[in-house]
Amino acid sequence: MPHSQHPIELLRFNTCGSVDDGKSTLIGRLLYDSKSIMEDQMEALERSADITGGGQVNLANLTDGLRAEREQGITIDVAYRYFATPRRKFIVADTPGHVQYTRNMVTGASTANLSIVLVDARLGVIEQSRRHTYIASLLRIPHLIVAINKMDLMDWSEARFTEIRHQFESFLPRLDIKDVKFIPISALNGDNVVERSGHTPWYEGPTLLGHLESVHIASDWNLQGLRFPVQWVNRPNNPTDKTLHDFRGLSGQISGGIVKVGQKILVLPSGQRSTVKEIWTCDGAVPEAFCPQSVTLQLEHAIDCSRGDMIAGTEELPGVASEFEAHVVWMHQRPLVPGKKYFLKHTANNCRAVVTALESKVSFDTLENETEPPAQLALNDIGRIRLKTAKPLIFDGYRTNRLTGSFILTEEGTNHTVAAGMLEGPSELYKPEYTDFAI
Amino acid sequence: MSSYHLDHLQYLETEAIHVLREVAASFERPAILFSGGKDSICILRLAEKAFRPSEIPMPFLNVETGHEFPELIDFRDRRAKELGAKLIVRTVDDAFAKGLATPTPGQVSRNQLQIPVLLGAIEEFRFDCCIGGARRDEEKARAKERFFSFRDAFGQWDPKNQRPEIWNLYNARVNPGENMRVFPLSNWTEMDVWEYIQREKLEVPTIYFSHTRECFRRGGQWLPVPPPHATNGQPDVYAGARPTAKEPLKTMVCRVRTIADMISTGMIDSPASTVDDIIREVAAARITERGTRADDKASEAAMEDRKKAGYF
Ligand SMILES: Nc1nc2c(ncn2[C@@H]2O[C@H](COP(=O)(O)OP(=O)(O)OP(=O)(O)O)[C@@H](O)[C@H]2O)c(=O)[nH]1
Repeated sequence: MPHSQHPIELLRFNTCGSVDDGKSTLIGRLLYDSKSIMEDQMEALERSADITGGGQVNLANLTDGLRAEREQGITIDVAYRYFATPRRKFIVADTPGHVQYTRNMVTGASTANLSIVLVDARLGVIEQSRRHTYIASLLRIPHLIVAINKMDLMDWSEARFTEIRHQFESFLPRLDIKDVKFIPISALNGDNVVERSGHTPWYEGPTLLGHLESVHIASDWNLQGLRFPVQWVNRPNNPTDKTLHDFRGLSGQISGGIVKVGQKILVLPSGQRSTVKEIWTCDGAVPEAFCPQSVTLQLEHAIDCSRGDMIAGTEELPGVASEFEAHVVWMHQRPLVPGKKYFLKHTANNCRAVVTALESKVSFDTLENETEPPAQLALNDIGRIRLKTAKPLIFDGYRTNRLTGSFILTEEGTNHTVAAGMLEGPSELYKPEYTDFAI
Repeated sequence: MSSYHLDHLQYLETEAIHVLREVAASFERPAILFSGGKDSICILRLAEKAFRPSEIPMPFLNVETGHEFPELIDFRDRRAKELGAKLIVRTVDDAFAKGLATPTPGQVSRNQLQIPVLLGAIEEFRFDCCIGGARRDEEKARAKERFFSFRDAFGQWDPKNQRPEIWNLYNARVNPGENMRVFPLSNWTEMDVWEYIQREKLEVPTIYFSHTRECFRRGGQWLPVPPPHATNGQPDVYAGARPTAKEPLKTMVCRVRTIADMISTGMIDSPASTVDDIIREVAAARITERGTRADDKASEAAMEDRKKAGYF
């Protein structure tokens, strides 16, 4: 694939926090101050300000794109916004604050490199702050910004800022986030969002945008251990080109590691071995490819391999199992009860699965597991479960690889997506039986 | 930066290819909506990247209002032929003839009428999935859209109750009669599209480039003067869309930024005659591309309402 002269990195982030903490205002502010709001959008905002806002432009209306959201002044579903500075491109997911819409918050956060948790400086840490921070940690979003907002209403008190920071620091050690930044802001007035504030001489860190532009994200993809879930078998029908007569490509997106021509590989779960003959792309064959590129592999041997199979390198092997432990975020009004069967989707695999046990449920007061194992998981609960699949899955723990360690559950019949799941690491790795055996 | 690193266009490309392959693997009868516009041109290029050396495993579908720019239709037909794809065209006029739709009195624009035509085509060919080139940055109701956007048996979108979409694990399950709309370019901006066209050296219809055209002023836009009424005894399809004596005419050096049909596409003053010129123009633009679309100006929720009814 050709490289552009000026490679520009893409950073995906989401904003979360409780209702009215100012998420939509913050995004409006970022777009406004980075000159990403166009005149016609501004006019539309001003028109609606005259009608509904008593003349005051409401920056939150930029992202609240549904009628029901504007009418109620709340965010129901994720809105995605795009802006760029000379240094980076950004995809922003504005995620809802209401507990009721946690599933939409998880949707927006699942693809983020960075999460901004907003806290209302007047209220300090509340249950939603803990919940969203916990979810960011559970989803293993590598970077976190705690934006302490509405500092204008607290007279820009350093003591208040430090106090809230300490509230966070008291539970952060229980979580799994390495990179955390605290920034005092006023989303409404723009302090420390794009421009440095004159009100915070005591704050020495970067502005919010400054941090978004400079946080190191190059290593956020997993380049260890080849994982290539076969997504689609590419067999040209009646090719007019004779050289394609024997073309048998395995198409997919590399979910971990690097693949090279000549590399020995295993097709799992069958355990057949082969060697990568060609890495085919529409722009020509390449000698190597890496996560998350989409490519088509041709193997040396004509072996049975189709959608749902996983191609892995011969080192750093994945796990193979049909019984799992996992964390799930439950996303449906009908609660999760043990014994019920669902459809599970993991990489390019679909199969039936049954939840065999509910082990624990997280309390958002303490961020610890509740003492009793739960009888059910209700909408927006997060818990640890055991499950069993109708066929073995080739997987990694979510901690090691977000792409091969994640799954969703859908309900039979209605096809609703009811859970987002994160697998625990395998207790046993795949064991190749004959190390030197080749077909 | 390490060499194992994707720039933003490569990232958007691999994401879109993954989506297209999921469609091919998950649905029985998918189709690609291909209008000949810049976004669907990118979709076709991505489909080549996803499926070559095989044929693109789905037909192309286009819904015509009957008010199309002729350049666009020529381009669409030629591109489909070059790619060896099957192109299905259904028109608002056919739908009138079959009684699937009725003209709205006093309404010249047939934008709304594309909805029953599209739903009719979905039913006729039993498409279980339609791939479209819509992008989230176009419009704020679109900003709420999923990659895999579920439509019920009436083609309706329920924005308050969308399926959660987590990681890249798209839920492609539909029951018979239901339908999925899939948007591989969800995360692309107008700029990304042009940069991709530039990088991939993609051909686009000539109306995207500066040319001289007779236009007239209506509703705050410069609309193209439609072609003359053919004297073949048929009623004038452009009746109502022709300039009246009160509407000023102007010969403009102009181009389109986004294409609907002749009735809803505002022309912009522009000397941009190459893709590089367009990229410079987009970078400096102070209004959104949808700012030139008459169909979106109706109300703040115009797009949301059409989408709920089955529109793209
Ligand atoms: N004084 C002050 N008010 C603020 C600030 N940021 C936001 N607000 C106000 O707080 C209210 C809520 O802001 P929103 O941006 O709509 O809140 P939200 O977090 O997006 O809420 P949901 O969308 O419902 O989740 C609005 O009235 C804002 O004007 C700030 O920095 N200072």
